[in-house]
Amino acid sequence: MAGRNIYMDNNATTPLHPDVREAMSEVLDIYGNPSSLHWFGRKAKNMIETSRARVADLIGASPDELIFVGSGSEANNTVLSIFACHPKGCDGCRQGRNGIVTTSIEHPCVIETSKCLEIKGTPVKYVKVDRYGKVDMEDLENSIDDGTGLVSVMMANNELGTIQDVKAIARMVHEKGALFHTDAVQAVGKIPVDVRDIDADFLTMSGHKVYGPKGIGALYVKKGVPFCPMIRGGHQEMGRRAGTENTIGIVGMGKAFEMRFIEMESEEKRLMELKTNIIRGIERDIPDVTFNGHPEDCLPGTLNVSFGGAEGESVLLALDLEGISVSTGSACASGSLDPSHVLLATGLDIALAHDSIRISLGRENTEQDVERLMEVLPGIVDRIRSISTAYEKKAL
Amino acid sequence: MDWAYTDKVKDHFMNPRNILEDESAYEYDGKGLVGNIKCGDQMMMLIKVDPSTGVITDCKWKTYGCASAIASTSILSEMVIGMKLEDAYRISPSEITDKLGELPEHKIHCSVLGDKALREAINDYYRKNGKEDLVREEKARVVCQCMSVTDLEIEQAVLEGARTYLELQEHTKLGTVCGQCGEEARKLLGEYITRHFGREAADSIPGEDNS
Repeated sequence: MAGRNIYMDNNATTPLHPDVREAMSEVLDIYGNPSSLHWFGRKAKNMIETSRARVADLIGASPDELIFVGSGSEANNTVLSIFACHPKGCDGCRQGRNGIVTTSIEHPCVIETSKCLEIKGTPVKYVKVDRYGKVDMEDLENSIDDGTGLVSVMMANNELGTIQDVKAIARMVHEKGALFHTDAVQAVGKIPVDVRDIDADFLTMSGHKVYGPKGIGALYVKKGVPFCPMIRGGHQEMGRRAGTENTIGIVGMGKAFEMRFIEMESEEKRLMELKTNIIRGIERDIPDVTFNGHPEDCLPGTLNVSFGGAEGESVLLALDLEGISVSTGSACASGSLDPSHVLLATGLDIALAHDSIRISLGRENTEQDVERLMEVLPGIVDRIRSISTAYEKKAL
Repeated sequence: MDWAYTDKVKDHFMNPRNILEDESAYEYDGKGLVGNIKCGDQMMMLIKVDPSTGVITDCKWKTYGCASAIASTSILSEMVIGMKLEDAYRISPSEITDKLGELPEHKIHCSVLGDKALREAINDYYRKNGKEDLVREEKARVVCQCMSVTDLEIEQAVLEGARTYLELQEHTKLGTVCGQCGEEARKLLGEYITRHFGREAADSIPGEDNS
């Protein structure tokens, strides 16, 4: 293996930004409980509020519309759970409108929560997507009815990188009298996100997807929108999320979002160029390739590609042996052999879904990384295809 | 560098032995093709047999599958060359895993296609050479009459992770109507766990009360 390990799985998680690491290490000894009135408590509280303002700045929200939570998954679970309350419950519930509409390509923390709520009696509908994972607007419109309380559509898909037109979706949802939630975990910090422009009612964010620490996320809740906590028993986060605050994590997330505010535009432009180089290299050196993400509306650093006849996990492990880390939509490792639900929802041939690889670039990736990838990838695909029963070299 | 697999698995994955280069140019005596590309794995195995001794003289294969499938079939192809047909027929998945050193438990199900394809190739040879009496069909036998669940489906459930009777029921819906097959299903469950994951795995299953 030549050189350093190359990490190209930034949609799974990212390394800490050096400034984030520094900011966090400076507050390791800030142990005061932010709820305490004394000096120790106030010191922690101030740091949390500074971070809240930084996170709010990046998405154009007001700080009092943001609550810190333990993860993006928790934020998504929280929003969905509001609509699962018994209709005779508290003010948070919207009487008579507790139905949920979501899509077939959401993250498992939305899909599995929706399925669980369905079992408990909440009506749930799953909207179709097209070949690239774009929401079918007609199906969406037909799915929202008088009983729909919430529509939840992710802003950018983690596997495909495909970006939805959430502004148009929010408009349609509001015209029909429902509330709109978007899981923007993969979008915030990579593309411009403005909650006022989108007119979202709820928006989910995560720290570790944009060079912040793990174990911290945030949820935007528009002023005046009904809310009901999922974790109860404390007045923290304006009574919306109980539990003593994760001061160090919050400081890390605040710093990460501050850095994104400064660096996002130029960084993402650079990643887009790197990705374009990979696409050109693949098109030049590897035959029988299918690109799965949207050709235009796609996260700058995300590339999902299927090498027909070359099983994804084999390609992943062969790249791993060359020191390059990517991800696959083939679920061989999970015990069941079903490939990614996202790829299947796009109508991609099931064999091609098993052949998919996701390359997700981040701020530490360089031109040299891309060159190294393109040095080894064609040979790996060729080798795996040469022993594959599923690949016939096309006669020239 | 740490790897999820042993060096031996890595070696056989990176340098698989006895790969079939060109099917049309290879004169084989028996062919086995199992699995399905849509399910994420498929295996083809070809054997040459010395008719006077009944010994496998050569073996070639191709697969669409993950690293575990590739490595386990590669080592299987080395094992069977020089082996008598009836001995080769009896090779179990756990013998292959032992030869490889170790596979992560959730990857065991990826390694069973090789020996299935080999048995099909051996049966194919018997059929082509007028030895139908030696062919042993892997025919499914219905265990749970109510839900029509076969022994092969129980085996598949074990490979997909079922370790207890309850998990087996979740996978197959077996024994959820009259429940008469419970005793036999428990026995098969233990047998398949032993076959694929070893005696220890079978012994470590906690006793359960499913009344």
